[in-house]
Amino acid sequence: MIWQIDLMILTLVVVCALVAINTKDLLGATVIFGIYSFLMCLLWAEMGAVDVAFTEATVGAGVSTIFFIAAILRTTRRSKD
Amino acid sequence: MRDINEHTAGEDLIIKTSVRLMVPFIQVFGLYVIVHGHYSPGGGFQGGVILGASFILLALAFGMKASQEYMTVSVNAVFNNLGPAIFVGVGVLCTLFGGLFLDYSALDNLIPLGVVEWRSFGIFLVEVGVGVAVMSIMVLLYWNLSSGGAMDEGL
Repeated sequence: MIWQIDLMILTLVVVCALVAINTKDLLGATVIFGIYSFLMCLLWAEMGAVDVAFTEATVGAGVSTIFFIAAILRTTRRSKD
Repeated sequence: MRDINEHTAGEDLIIKTSVRLMVPFIQVFGLYVIVHGHYSPGGGFQGGVILGASFILLALAFGMKASQEYMTVSVNAVFNNLGPAIFVGVGVLCTLFGGLFLDYSALDNLIPLGVVEWRSFGIFLVEVGVGVAVMSIMVLLYWNLSSGGAMDEGL
């Protein structure tokens, strides 16, 4: 555990979360959410929880991004609010 | 991957070729993660997601119809039920041979391999069940989401 790397990744995670919430384009928000998941995976791997990091990389960054894109394809791309 | 090019025309050659090269390695890696799940990072859930992602990748590159030749809807339905059946079956088998639910050491009364070996091998059997269930559910989720429930053509 190196606290400098932890702090750096944590800052990027918070920035990615805020950007993903505030983006009006849902496809862009999905891509940023994938980046968020991958940074979270990096943070967990750095803190020693390799099993959780593995789950986050496969489910969070991999499959759920595809599910969101498939759902956007069937609904609308622009957010109303 | 014999005649998969005949099904969809107009897709990119680079995507098709790279997916065709990647999918066997993804599936071998998924099996590795499931099999080594009980003494290294990984396990049934992660390996099942990786195996399901390989079929989702096939559907993305070649179209849903062409990918359903490799896992048909009926085979997927069989896997959906087989995974939980393996999990619960191992657990109930433990209770039938004198232990608690999922107490793998009781299976030593069925096949005498040793109590410690059965504790390790029982976890492996349960992980296989979880992997089969998660793989088929992930593929089914993708089919239903991207085709609106019709499961014929989508993304």
